[in-house]
Amino acid sequence: MLKIHYFASVREQLECSGEELALPDGVESVAQLAGTLAARGEPWSMLQDSQQVLVAVNQQVADFTHVLRGDEEVAFFPPMTGG
Amino acid sequence: MGSGDMRDFYIAVQAADFDLAAEYRKLRELSENPGAIAIFSGLVREFCSPCGNAGNNQSLTLEHYPGMTEKALLGIVEQAAERWPLKGCRVIHRVGRLAPGDQIVLVAVSSSHREAAFSAAEYVMDYLKTSAPFWKKQQTGTASEWVASKIEDHQRAARWKTSEL
Repeated sequence: MLKIHYFASVREQLECSGEELALPDGVESVAQLAGTLAARGEPWSMLQDSQQVLVAVNQQVADFTHVLRGDEEVAFFPPMTGG
Repeated sequence: MGSGDMRDFYIAVQAADFDLAAEYRKLRELSENPGAIAIFSGLVREFCSPCGNAGNNQSLTLEHYPGMTEKALLGIVEQAAERWPLKGCRVIHRVGRLAPGDQIVLVAVSSSHREAAFSAAEYVMDYLKTSAPFWKKQQTGTASEWVASKIEDHQRAARWKTSEL
């Protein structure tokens, strides 16, 4: 199972802090996962905007091209603003 | 390098405030023969709100990604330690609700000489702002908005990759 987290403005817009999801059929990359989630319609389509939404796989920032096995922790969040 | 194993790196993400004197003392005691300690402390500023109520009933709420945030901070400190001969480093970042004037972040670095201590502290702060998963939300009264990331912060971090600093 994928363990998906949503943080900050992404969490608020989706009204969802996370979910567990079996790797959907045909999904091999983060971009394809984001596409599958985006297919739920608004506001989920925001997850495909790689300019506004960053992704981490197993707690490391990753590219949308990152290949998923299906047992990862995946997080979607906006650019960081700490410090 | 044997002395590398002696380095004291401390990372904390916490709601509680921190005491500068206590952090300085710990870094001083735990670092082996430090010649310089640089301490940076970031404070919550007052901000201009959309409704123009700057100064009134303002707060800042910090969210983080438990687990990843601590790893990211340690990674940044380890990168700094590859670049400068650090004796020790303490990074504390607060989360939760803070008010203008509150301490929000501490970066304290010890080294043999001031140049390494100053530079490493700045490096850690520059990368902390752009690559450690923290998010700020500003509140004024009942209005709130997420803080947008600043291009200048990314430019500051990027210059460490190209410059001779």
